[in-house]
Amino acid sequence: MSTYDPQDSTVAIHGGRSLDCHANSILFPLYQTSTFVHDAVGVDKGFSYSRVSNPTVDALEKVIGALEGTPPAVCFRTGMAAITTLLLSVLKSGDHAVLSDVVYGGTMRLFREVLDDLGITASFVDTSDATNVEAAITPATRIIFIETPGNPTLKLTDIEAVARIAKRHSILLAVDNTFLTPILQKPLELGADISVLSTTKYIDGHNATVGGSIATRDDKLLERIRLIRKTIGTTQAPFEAWLTLQGIKTLPARLRLHCESASVIARWLENHPGVERVYYPGLDSFPQKALAEKQQRAPGAIIAFELKAGVETATRAMNSVKLCLRAESLGGLETLITHPSSTTHADLDPKLRRGLGISDGLIRLSVGLEAPEDIIADLEQAFAAADSSNASEEVTHEIR
Amino acid sequence: MKFASRLVSFDPAPGDRFRPISTPIYQTATFEQQHADSFGEYDYSRSGNPTRSVLEKHLATLENGTRGFCFSSGMAAIRTVTGLLRTGDEILADSDLYGGTCRLFSKVIDRNGIIVHYVDARAPEQCEQQITPRTKLVFVESPTNPLLHVIDLRRMAAIAHAHGALLCVDNSTMSPYLQNPLDLGADIVLHSATKFLCGHHDVTAGVIIVKDEALAGQIYFLQNAEGSALGPFDCFLLLRGIKTLKLRLDCQQRNALAIARFLANRKEIKQVYYPGLNEDSGYELQRFQAHGAGSVLSFTTGSVEVSKAIAEHAKFFHITVSFGSVNSSISMPGTMSHASVPPELQAERRLPPDLVRISVGIEDEEDLIADLDQAINLAISSQSSQT
Repeated sequence: MSTYDPQDSTVAIHGGRSLDCHANSILFPLYQTSTFVHDAVGVDKGFSYSRVSNPTVDALEKVIGALEGTPPAVCFRTGMAAITTLLLSVLKSGDHAVLSDVVYGGTMRLFREVLDDLGITASFVDTSDATNVEAAITPATRIIFIETPGNPTLKLTDIEAVARIAKRHSILLAVDNTFLTPILQKPLELGADISVLSTTKYIDGHNATVGGSIATRDDKLLERIRLIRKTIGTTQAPFEAWLTLQGIKTLPARLRLHCESASVIARWLENHPGVERVYYPGLDSFPQKALAEKQQRAPGAIIAFELKAGVETATRAMNSVKLCLRAESLGGLETLITHPSSTTHADLDPKLRRGLGISDGLIRLSVGLEAPEDIIADLEQAFAAADSSNASEEVTHEIR
Repeated sequence: MKFASRLVSFDPAPGDRFRPISTPIYQTATFEQQHADSFGEYDYSRSGNPTRSVLEKHLATLENGTRGFCFSSGMAAIRTVTGLLRTGDEILADSDLYGGTCRLFSKVIDRNGIIVHYVDARAPEQCEQQITPRTKLVFVESPTNPLLHVIDLRRMAAIAHAHGALLCVDNSTMSPYLQNPLDLGADIVLHSATKFLCGHHDVTAGVIIVKDEALAGQIYFLQNAEGSALGPFDCFLLLRGIKTLKLRLDCQQRNALAIARFLANRKEIKQVYYPGLNEDSGYELQRFQAHGAGSVLSFTTGSVEVSKAIAEHAKFFHITVSFGSVNSSISMPGTMSHASVPPELQAERRLPPDLVRISVGIEDEEDLIADLDQAINLAISSQSSQT
């Protein structure tokens, strides 16, 4: 696996700084204002109305763009607002999109229940085999939207291979890079046109905000996305941008620790007699390890695993954790444990869910920054409690 | 309970064991689950947040609705209302609309095969003529921005409902204090909360309030699916701002009426648009359906140059877009807030190029009048010295 870029740490800390910040404050100020005064009718200093642009949001856009290797990114109220705005910018009635079958459930819902009413169609295919992407393209296809690693089984898609197909057909390629961030994977260097992030996850890193971003080197597309963002009003708020701006400074340092702990925990899980299977791109047993090494700078810090004992035991184990928190989302300092089939992917048809490798016993772990020994000890006691309480179902509910 | 009491009498933190008077800011993305396979009331802040819930409930009460929804901007709220429509549906809209709404109609939803027909909603017979079986939504502001046209909302509701369409009223120029469109028959009321609800120019936000549960369900679905809900910190600021809504507006409205009278008496001012003036064509209707005329007014001078000079010479009135704040502001809609209205529609809706819009704040009435007086004098004298 290639190594981290040490420059990223410098960029994460200094990339959002602005020389004209007039009080020389180390932290960029929070411009909690909706409106800016004009010098004269039609003459402003670059800011007029915060729905269009705001200096604090701009600072965040600068640093994300610098990490992505693009002009300043565009920031949004949520990750879903970023995706909604992107799709409304590039798709109109009659257009078609090709997506990974493992894209985030919210992205799927947007296509199936919102864009569908507007005459926009989509094909969800297994993009881990690039030939499936090619086969799904129609004359109406305008965008390919992939997520790699995919949620929750970490199935990878070869970004370079899909980018070649996209170029050949003159179609845009967008990569949802939320699981890795530009610190661990740079989609634009691999040929993608657009990088999408839910900044709620690792970018903020503290579970303090929800937000999203889009980065691209295509100036015309960037302008179009900004036009649609101001028109549908999905711009990130200044306070959330300010918090994210502080969080992003430690992103490279945090990710290093997240990945180190995740590797230790993944290996422990793999050697645990009660564990049936572990999905983690850093393990030798991971089927796409070579691809991970080619396009990622580290394996990331999301692990999925199945217990041998099946669904009931998995649920009991989850209800028995004491340190790990049961919650959706990922990428924060706290280790979060999730049961995809009943939470993040509950909206999916059960047959389709199983087809994506999401068994009812699958557990997803977003490894936080607690001591890995403590996380392991918590999982160990939870597995033991789940086993021993096989007989008395009620006991587990008293634990928390 | 009277409105002033309702503004501050609500449960600021339901179930909170510390009983704070001010609502806690739940600045969190995620909430812990009690069990592996089920959630509590909150799981993820895009889908729901306790700070936002307090605000949404409070706003629903103030507008006499049942459910409220807060968005990252007024435009995000309007975009969400258009999300109720599908390809082939039509919107009937009044032609005097905020420029951003026009841009949404002409640059985004038209790409999805939704057609917008514009009418002068002051003439209900025009609406009757333009409404079709495909019309699913009637969209108006009242008083409108920036021409302060007063639209008969009861009449609009009757026309919309007779044709199976919903009536959506953008109530931003009034706030829930001065007008409650749901009581007049509207199905959806929305606000740019950036304006009077916030009142301090520190939050960009939007609000939708409805009465109907099924409609509320659809709006909630879109708010969650498109991720457009307002952040917790901004919700807190709005909750704080709303408490002084009546105090602020009473003062702003008094100032606005005094300024409107002052302007109407200046021979250099061609026309004043303000439904609080007896001679305004909307005066009677405004009295009938609202509790006041608000604090936004417009005027013309007959000369773009004179209008521009007034805006630039005024000292208390900052040149900004937006309105409704404690600070007075001044703008020229043709080149600022309404610049995105397509030129053909600008001409059709007869938006005068010399139109000046002012939003009157809470500064001292005499200071504001003296300021406009000197600005008009300077504008006129610099104009005559040039010719």
